[in-house]
Amino acid sequence: MDNQMKQQYNDYVKQKQPQPALVKNLLWAFVVGGLICDVGQFVINASVSFGFNKEEASTIGVVVMIFLGAFLTGLGVYDQIGKRAGAGSIVPITGFANSIVSPAMEFKREGYVFGVAAKMFVLAGPVLVYGIATSVIIGIIYGIFS
Amino acid sequence: MANNKVGQQTLKLNSHPKIIATASIVGPKEGEGPLKEYFDMVLQDDYFGEKSWEKAESKILRETVKLAVQKAGLTPEDIHYMLGGDLLNQIISASFAARELKIPFFGLYGACSTMAESLTLGSILIDGQYADYVVAVTSSHFSSAERQFRFPLEHGNQRPPTSQWTVTGSGAMVVASGGEGPCVTYVTPGRVIDLGIKDANNMGAAMAPAAAHTIVAHFRDTGFLQRDYDVIATGDLGKIGKDITQEMVLKEGYDISLVYTDCGIEVFSDDQDVNSGGSGCGCSAVVTCGYFYDRLVKGEIKRMLLVATGALLSPTSSQQGESIPGIAHAVTIESMSKGR
Repeated sequence: MDNQMKQQYNDYVKQKQPQPALVKNLLWAFVVGGLICDVGQFVINASVSFGFNKEEASTIGVVVMIFLGAFLTGLGVYDQIGKRAGAGSIVPITGFANSIVSPAMEFKREGYVFGVAAKMFVLAGPVLVYGIATSVIIGIIYGIFS
Repeated sequence: MANNKVGQQTLKLNSHPKIIATASIVGPKEGEGPLKEYFDMVLQDDYFGEKSWEKAESKILRETVKLAVQKAGLTPEDIHYMLGGDLLNQIISASFAARELKIPFFGLYGACSTMAESLTLGSILIDGQYADYVVAVTSSHFSSAERQFRFPLEHGNQRPPTSQWTVTGSGAMVVASGGEGPCVTYVTPGRVIDLGIKDANNMGAAMAPAAAHTIVAHFRDTGFLQRDYDVIATGDLGKIGKDITQEMVLKEGYDISLVYTDCGIEVFSDDQDVNSGGSGCGCSAVVTCGYFYDRLVKGEIKRMLLVATGALLSPTSSQQGESIPGIAHAVTIESMSKGR
C-alpha cells in the first residue's frame, strides 16, 4: 500500500517535471566537445610539425589540454562552459582537470593537508581507481594471451 | 490540559504575539531580483569581508539579528531568547552568531522550514508568558550549501531543469508580547512526509506532499478556507513543487489557486537562470521578512499563511540511497490594521 503510493507519486512527478532540452544540450555537447578535441588535435599536429614523434606529440597534447582545463577552471570560466555543454566538456581530459582543480580550490580554506590535498580527488578519485584497476586487469589478460 | 490546541495539530495563540520588527540581508544575486527594494541590505560581495563562505553566512545571520533588534528599538540584551538554525552541518551559522550576540539560544534544524519553525516556537514562548522578546532567525548561503550538498562551485556540471538555486540571505523577526505589528494567531507544525523521491535535484517534488499535508491539516483544524487568506505562501517548492502542492490540496477538496504563491518563485525572476526557483532557509525568510512583512504592515495583506518547507536529507543519506523526507510548518500572520 505504502510502496504503491510512493510508486504512484514518483510516476506522477515524472510526468510533471520538465524534460531537459535534449536537442539543444546535444548540440552544445557536440560543438563544445568537438572544439576541445580540435584544439587538442591542433596541438598534436603542431608538435609533429616541430619535429616531435607521434608519441611525444600526444604527450604534449595531453599536457597542454590539462593545463588549459585547469587554467580555465582557475579563471572561473570552465563551470560556465560546463553549464551548457554538459558531457561535452566533462568527458574530454580538460573536464578531468576541472574535476581535480575545482575541489582543490574550493577546500583551500580547510588547509593544505585536509583541505586541498585530501579533497582534490573527491570527484576524480573514482575515475582513477576504476581506470587503474581496469588497466591492470586488461594488462594481466594481455600478458596471459600474448 | 492542552486548552490552546485546535483540532489535530494546530495551536491557537490567544495573546497574539506580535512581530514588532524584521530584517533581511541578501546576496548580490537576490539583490538583482524582483524583490530587491524590500530587503534592508544587499551585499556587494557574498564573502561579506570574511575568509570563507561559512564565516560569511554566520556574519549575515548575526548582522540580520542585530538589525532586526535595532529596528525594534531594542538591544540584544533585551532579547530573552533567540531561536534559529541553518543548513550547515551542526548549524554553525546560527550557533556561531549566537556566540557573539550573547542571547540565550535554541538551535533548530528544520532544513529550509526553519523560519516557520523558529517563528512557531518563539510565538509559543511569548504566548505561554515565558518571554517578552524573542528573535526567530535563519539563513542560507548559495556557496556554502553547494559545497556541502553538491559540487565545488567551479566544477563544470549541468543543472537539470528541476534544480533550484539556494538563496544567499538571512531573515530575522523580533516577536514580542506587546507593541505594534502583525501578529501570529495560529501555528500548525507539520508531520514528516516522504513519498519516496530520491532525486536531490528535485527538492520541490520531495517537499510538496508535506506542504500539502500541512495546508490541509491547517484548514481542517481551523475551519479557514482560501477566502480567509490573502496570501498562502510555501517556502521553497519552486515551480514544479508549487504545481504539485496545489493539485494535492485540491484533491483533498480545498482550492487555493487564487491566493497561493511560493517564496522560491517570488525571490528570483525567470531570466536569472535559477531553473525551478529559489530554495534554502533564507528563501522563505527573506521573502517573508522583506516583502510580505512590508505588505502586512501596510495592510495590503490582512491575513497570510506562511508554509515554510524543508527537505530533511543529508549528503550521507542520499549516498546511501535513502529517499528525501519533507516537512512543512504553517504560521498564520495577521495584519493589525482593521477592516477585515
